[in-house]
Parts: sequence; C-alpha cells; structure tokens
Amino acid sequence: MKLMEYEAKDIFVQYDIPTSTGYMVENVENLKAVLYKLGLPVILKAQVLVGGRGKAGGIKFAKTEDEAMEMANKILNMEIKGLPVKKLLVCTPSEIQKELYVGFVIDRNKKKMTLLASTEGGVDIEQVAATSPEKIQRVLIDPIIGIQEFQCRNVASKMGYKGKEMLSLATIIYKLGQIMQDKDAELIEINPLAITPNGFEALDAKLVIDDNSLFRQTEFKEDFKDSQEYTPIEIKAMEAGLAYVELDGDVGIIGCGAGLVMASLDVVNHYGGKPANFLDIGGGASAENMKKALEIINLKKGVKSIFINIFGGITKCDEIARGILEFDPSVPVYVRMMGTNEKEARKILNEKGYELYQSMQEAAKAAVKGV
Amino acid sequence: MAILVDEKTRIVVQGATGRQGQFHSNRMKLYGSKIVGGVTPGKGGQMMGDIPIYDTVEEVEADASIIFVPSRFMKDAALEAISLGLSPVVCITEHVPVQDAMFIIEHAKEQEVDIVGPNTPGLISPGKALLGILPPHIFKEGPIGLLSRSGTLTYEIIDEMTRNDLGQTTALGIGGDPVIGMDFISTLERFEQDKDTKAIVMIGEIGGNAEELAAEYIKEYITKPVVSYIAGKTAPPGKRMGHAGAVISGNTGTAESKIKALNAVGVPVATMPHEVPQLLKDLL
Repeated sequence: MKLMEYEAKDIFVQYDIPTSTGYMVENVENLKAVLYKLGLPVILKAQVLVGGRGKAGGIKFAKTEDEAMEMANKILNMEIKGLPVKKLLVCTPSEIQKELYVGFVIDRNKKKMTLLASTEGGVDIEQVAATSPEKIQRVLIDPIIGIQEFQCRNVASKMGYKGKEMLSLATIIYKLGQIMQDKDAELIEINPLAITPNGFEALDAKLVIDDNSLFRQTEFKEDFKDSQEYTPIEIKAMEAGLAYVELDGDVGIIGCGAGLVMASLDVVNHYGGKPANFLDIGGGASAENMKKALEIINLKKGVKSIFINIFGGITKCDEIARGILEFDPSVPVYVRMMGTNEKEARKILNEKGYELYQSMQEAAKAAVKGV
Repeated sequence: MAILVDEKTRIVVQGATGRQGQFHSNRMKLYGSKIVGGVTPGKGGQMMGDIPIYDTVEEVEADASIIFVPSRFMKDAALEAISLGLSPVVCITEHVPVQDAMFIIEHAKEQEVDIVGPNTPGLISPGKALLGILPPHIFKEGPIGLLSRSGTLTYEIIDEMTRNDLGQTTALGIGGDPVIGMDFISTLERFEQDKDTKAIVMIGEIGGNAEELAAEYIKEYITKPVVSYIAGKTAPPGKRMGHAGAVISGNTGTAESKIKALNAVGVPVATMPHEVPQLLKDLL
C-alpha cells in the first residue's frame, strides 16, 4: 500500500525527521486558513500516487494569496496520469543548497533490507544507479539484528559530512530505517533530502507498506478503499478476494493460479488477441468465486469474448462449471478445463451448450476468433 | 534419487488440524510420504485419522516440516522447526509479511536449514514422497528436475511432460513471493548434484531479476541441459500479476530481459507452455 506524501511526512514528524512545515488541504476554502498559518510564499503539491507530478504541472510556487488560490483551484481540478487530484500539500519553500538521496528497499536476491544513499539527490535514483552506480552507497541490513546506528554514521561520513552535520544526517537515516522496520515497509525514500541554512530537511517522502502486514499495521487499514492505486473494478475484485488487473484489450481472461493466468494472457496475445484483463480466482476456488469473476469481467466495457482456463489440481472443475452457469455475461465464453472432476464439468457445461476445450492453445485461439 | 525429500524423510505437519492442513496431511500420507505427526498447539493428544497430533514440534521425531498455519503465525512456526534443525521447512502459506520471511530465511541460513517458500505449492519426488499441495496424479517418475515460481503453471507443464513420457526426479515450487528461501540458484545446484536428474526445466515469470542471475549461474556451473518458460510477456509495468513478486518495476523484471538472458547462455525458452516437452526431447 502506497502512502501519499503528506501521510508519509506525518510519520516522519512522529519520528523527528525534519520536514518542511506543511498542511494538507482538500479544497480552496481551507487554503486561506493554511496561508494564514504558513505565510507566503508557499509551494502547492498535488497528492497523487504517481511519479512525475512536477512535469504534469502538479507542483506550483505561489507568491501571493490570489496566486495560491488560483493555482490550488487549478491543481485540484486536474488529473495526473489519469488520477484526479483530491488533495494538496501546502508547504513553506526551503532554501535548498544541495540535494541528497536516502532510502531503504528490499533486495529480493540478497533477501535483506538495503540502505541506499547518494549525494546525487533530487533525480530518479534508478537513473543514477544506471549511469553512475559508484555514486550510490548500499548497505545490507541483517534482518535479525536490524538497522544499527554505526551503519548510518558510516554512510553519512562517506557522503562527506563531519562532526555535527554527520551526526544529524546519520540520525535521519537511522530513523528512516526504524520506520521501515516498525511499519513493515517495502520501500521508504527521501528524495530529495535537502541541505538548507536550517540543516537537513525532507522535501519529499515515499513510503510503501507491505500489504501482507496490514493485520498488525492497523493504522493503515482504513485508507485502502480510498486508494488511488487501483481502478474501481480492481477494488471490487479485491473485495471479492480475486486478483484482478485491468488491461486495454477485448478478450476477458479468467484462470486459476497467477502463473497460469499470465501464460493465458501470453497465449492469447500470441494468437493475435488483446487481453482485457488478468483475473486469478486462485487455487481451490468455489462456484461463487467463479460467478463473481464473471460478474467483474462483465463490468468492464469492450470485452467481446471470455477465455476461462482452469487446470484442476486443488481446484475442482465441476465446481467451476457450476459457477459458470450462474452468470450469463452476454458475450461468448470459451472454456478450457482439465484435471480434477473434468468429466463431471464437461457434462454440466455440455448440457447447457458450452463447448469445452482440453488444450489451452485451442481455447485461446477460439476466444481470439470469437471477438 | 531425488532432491530434498524421499520415501525415508520423516515429515511433521505444522498447522495440521486446520482445513487445508487436514486435507493435505491425509493426501501426502496416502501418496506414501512418511507423515510422523501433526502439530497444533492446544490440540496435542488427539488423533487425526491415524496421524497423532502434538502440541509442540519437539515431541515429534521428524526430519522435515511442512507448515500450513495462517500467515501471522508463520514466523513462530518456522522458527520452531528451524530450532530443531528440521530441513527442509516448507512454508505453504501465502501473505507472509516480507520482514518475517527475511527473518526466517536469515535464521535458517545460520542453522543450515533449507526453507522452501513462503507462498509455495511445495515439492514432490514422484513415486517417493509428496511434501506439498501439488496434485500427485499428474506426476511420473523420471529423469527431469523441475523448479518454478508458479503452482498451476507447473501443473500445466508437468501434465504435458508426463503425457510425453518425460517423468520427474523432483518438482519444486520455489514460491511466488519477492523474498523466498530456496531460489533458482540453490535449487539448480541441487539438481546438478543429483545424479538421476538428466535435464532441468526452469519456469520463471516477470518481476525481479532472479532468472537473469540464474542464467549467469547456469553458464558457470550447470552442465545438464536446461529449458525454460517465462510467463508474463504481456504484463504491464507497475501492476502485481497475482503473485506478490510478479511485478515489473521500471525496466526491471520484464519477460523480455529474462528470455534474452537465458537464450544468451544457451537455454531455450518455450514460447508457449506446451512446447516444453519438445524442447526437452531436442536436448536429451
């Protein structure tokens, strides 16, 4: 679960990480009170969960109240990469002398949390990693011992800071690592971490919480439905316990197991079709799951045929067949089933006039033709 | 021979009395796996069919463990098995927090224990033992080792292999999570050492760069023929395709990059799952 900049900064404040003073507003009416508190000038930052806000016109500098009101109005009525802007973060601009990068990620191959730091802040860190990897420090954190202060001092020192400055930078890095651990984060990032006449200041904040930890990270739970990460149909699918990803083609795809569904998309694509979605009903799915899956596909506009691909391991084909009969999606359905209770499934579906395929390729081909 | 598990491996099932635990304990036993006991704290002393249930893993004389407990209890359960030196410890459960997974895996490494998963269907050594939830009837004894990040896609490809008379030494699901215990490289190493394994099938998918690293490893250390299939050629960037680990971020994790890396070290990659048996036959 991705947090908005203002939410992440709230957590920074709890951990005493210095950030520029700011307030979140949801409408122009509330902006006046905030301007009164902050004074002028201000920076207005669109709160959306995609990168490239600045380029899209979602970050503006305002010198007067009128200017601020006008720009706020504009930003709150814009869309960035298809996402409507509903919230603004209003901050006092900082006098930036230099920009750094600090963050923590999970290294999948090393199976450890990794501290990343660079004196090249304010730019895409992946870009820095690609062009000048020597400018990024990487420190692996032992998952059992956890982040240690000495590791942060070493990093701050290697970034070229000494004495008190080194200590305050090391403290920020340490706190960031603590948030990563305490909040079960998958990623935390300050980019840029600015050096200002008042010391270090986090100008931006990125924080992604591990969805699998939400049972113990209860403070984040409620925000899920509001999230901009997912389309309305994706949220409906999640509520139904189905893994769904929206794509822009016209062949609806339902299957059991993530790998098999991905392969189904690829096979449809191979035969010249365009997948409309990815929908995984999971292993051991019930008739009810199957019915819901069809309902969800039916919500999507432009679907012209549906390819259902079931390999019955733990999943029982007859159970799935019963689910298929419970919903009529008004476009042709091509079913491929194999495995557990396949005969019973065949009987159930044949009686209702459905044709069953045994091979994945044949069914995919038919679904592409059926568009 | 087989890797990790055979007919002599004494297996304890943690979380045995839940719905999944019961079903799969019985199925594994029926297949011939040596299930010596189940563990559910608070239910010790009962019998589940002919499987005795204990409160603690310490009470059971076992070599390996398979865990079905809910994700929030996985860390404790896995550490319990690791503390007794059981190996492998197969973590079937999905949705284990990544911090817990990293903790378990690091501790297991120190104790020289193999962790399979989390979020894995487990493994099977056909004709010998099932230590997982894979449907055993589609497997067949033979000379091919298989390793995969996906469950159902494994079944699809195994089914094609078995129909083409290409049986398996061991088939192992390494798991669909970003952080897992046994990975492509450590599993490839076992198959290389296993003298009955004559060829290897490696099934990958989008996300991360484990396949690219495996390709480098194959070039350096694997003498046996390897064929592959990679799922997710049509997956869009930034979206999780069902598995927590199956996501393209930036330019990392695309199917294209993985296929290129494997082809570059002489590993043929099937365009579609059903082509795997032919690729194997070409190399054997």
